[in-house]
Amino acid sequence: MSREVVLLGSQRRPSVQHVVRDLDPHARIATVTAGWREREPDDAEMNEILGGRAVNLSLHARWQDLLEKDRDYAVAEREHDAALEELRQLYLTQLDHALGATYEIAGGKEGRPRFRDRVLADALELVRMADEQHLVRVREAHLEFYDAWQPQARPLLAAHREQVREILQSATAVVIAGGHVGELVRVLHLFHVEPHLPGLVVAWSAGAMALTERVVLFHDYVPHGVAQTEVMGEGLGLLSDLVPLPDARRRLRVNDPVRMSVLARRFAPARCLVLDDGVRVRLTAGGLPAEARVVDHEGRITQVEAA
Amino acid sequence: MTTAVSAGPRRLAINQLKDQKPLDAAAVDEFLDSHDVPIVEGSRCTFLFRGEADEVHVAQRIVGLADLLPLRRLWGTDLWYLVLELPEGSRVDYQLEIRRGEHVERINDPLNHDLSHSPVGSSSVCFAHGYETPEWTLPDPEARQGDLVEMTVPSRALGRDCPVTLYLPARFRRTTTYPLLVVHDGPDFLQYAAAKTVLDNLIHRLDVAETVVAFLHPQERLTEYANSTAHSRFVSDELVPRLEADLPLMGKPSGRCLLGSSFGGVASLSAAVKSPTTYGSLILMSGSFVFTDIGAADHGGGPVFDPVVKFVNKYRARPTHVADRVFVSCGVFEPLIVPNRSMVPTFESAGMTVRYVEARDGHSWENWRDRLRDALSWIYPGPQKFVYE
Repeated sequence: MSREVVLLGSQRRPSVQHVVRDLDPHARIATVTAGWREREPDDAEMNEILGGRAVNLSLHARWQDLLEKDRDYAVAEREHDAALEELRQLYLTQLDHALGATYEIAGGKEGRPRFRDRVLADALELVRMADEQHLVRVREAHLEFYDAWQPQARPLLAAHREQVREILQSATAVVIAGGHVGELVRVLHLFHVEPHLPGLVVAWSAGAMALTERVVLFHDYVPHGVAQTEVMGEGLGLLSDLVPLPDARRRLRVNDPVRMSVLARRFAPARCLVLDDGVRVRLTAGGLPAEARVVDHEGRITQVEAA
Repeated sequence: MTTAVSAGPRRLAINQLKDQKPLDAAAVDEFLDSHDVPIVEGSRCTFLFRGEADEVHVAQRIVGLADLLPLRRLWGTDLWYLVLELPEGSRVDYQLEIRRGEHVERINDPLNHDLSHSPVGSSSVCFAHGYETPEWTLPDPEARQGDLVEMTVPSRALGRDCPVTLYLPARFRRTTTYPLLVVHDGPDFLQYAAAKTVLDNLIHRLDVAETVVAFLHPQERLTEYANSTAHSRFVSDELVPRLEADLPLMGKPSGRCLLGSSFGGVASLSAAVKSPTTYGSLILMSGSFVFTDIGAADHGGGPVFDPVVKFVNKYRARPTHVADRVFVSCGVFEPLIVPNRSMVPTFESAGMTVRYVEARDGHSWENWRDRLRDALSWIYPGPQKFVYE
């Protein structure tokens, strides 16, 4: 089935209604607000914006139900989370040094540019290697967990998956809101959403990130300084070679060309797509539209056609 | 640094008053009615006292400055004044010392209602130009409220039942795991450092991870917190295991942190030294890390510091790795600034990662309150990086 994907900037001023405007007025629109966590049911406003056609997949509530009723699984999942967090901390330690060196080299002003360029390429390669290895380790940890616990064979989970599948099969579109990207990706995987997605997928912020092959976390403004941009793990894989950057201008030091350039080059050939407020990007088989804004290798935010 | 200065080239309010004619009681009344005291004008702060006295001093403990700074009497009136230059963003705790004949009394400034609190009591506080109370220390109606739950932990080590106030973050769930923070001087941190409001706000803003916090109630603070084996055993062998058995806590070093200020800083370090594989991180604010380089007798802190000096001297002689990360903070106006600065390379030499923060502040709960965001967001960072609305 050919699938259309529309990515939006954050919905402080909603624009999602324009994307679904042309759908059949009676069409069902499945919604995912699991990124809002315990606020998942607070979706009345969104339902109204979608013309009263929304059916929430309630993935967060289903997950909580599973944890409440399947205690063995809950304990195992907690252990699994602890293992993933351990992996993450080790990776962050590695990144701290590797990225620190990369910024220092990239920001150097003295000496022969040809030397610096070569060493910078090597430094970036080390960062990419750390990203890649982390991704592999996270994937292995997930596989090990799924092998050991066979979630698909657990009756309660299987029942929830079946209900999710039914809703998705009856829907013309799915709308995935932002929120906590870690919990969003977790439940999208857990309830096996990807194989049953309808023809139109609309997502914003964390929702857009969850659709990618690898989810990249970023935040340059934290109370104690700067947090390093990191790879979290695999998303649904609907979008390849794309790193969505929701709220980029609020979360990134966009005026620091060194950091922005390292960001763009680190994830190349993937494009770092700026998803600020009001942005709407319709993805076609040809990739990003020419007017989409991305970070170029010099660290500037520019349109795809100019990058 | 803070210096006493004569009235400078700009017309300070006090200088305008000097020129007023007639300079009588009514003029002073009007002057005091129309100014907040101390009067802050740019970097200059005018301290005032009104009344009959033989001498009036501002008593404070800013390092490098005389403990007693004399106020001058404004000729022909009963108004006394002192102009001090204070660096941008400073908070200075002070009292007034008034001598009438043989009688000397030390009081909080009757013209200033702002108070600061420390383990040795309250004092007046002067907010210099540029100081602002961080908005995250004030109640935020948007922030979800955590709960405070009182519990008692029987302690064989201390030979008493120990009250503990437990903070459970909003949306506390048994299906999640939480890191644990143990706070010395719990009631004071809750009362004077707005700890619950700060936790509610920082967790709500995603700056700090959802955390379970145990606020300890000391009984004999100066004994229990001065490198007491009994206190360390209570915290590491009784309290932490009990909490980890009862609550969904991470139960490993990276999810355990001890926090303490002043003597509580000594208690935190001491507990970690005695149980070096238990804790992943420490938050030490204005720790009373008094030490001597030669001999141990002349440390100047009095008998209560004897066990502290012995402990710190021993630790400095052979620093050991007792946590992975140590947050150290101190006010630059505190006498403890030198010992705290000296502890940074000591901790680093033991292979611990240290984050060191100074502030233009003194030895007070408000100083420690204002450092909580730096400390907690570093030790237990919140999920900011995961949330994209």
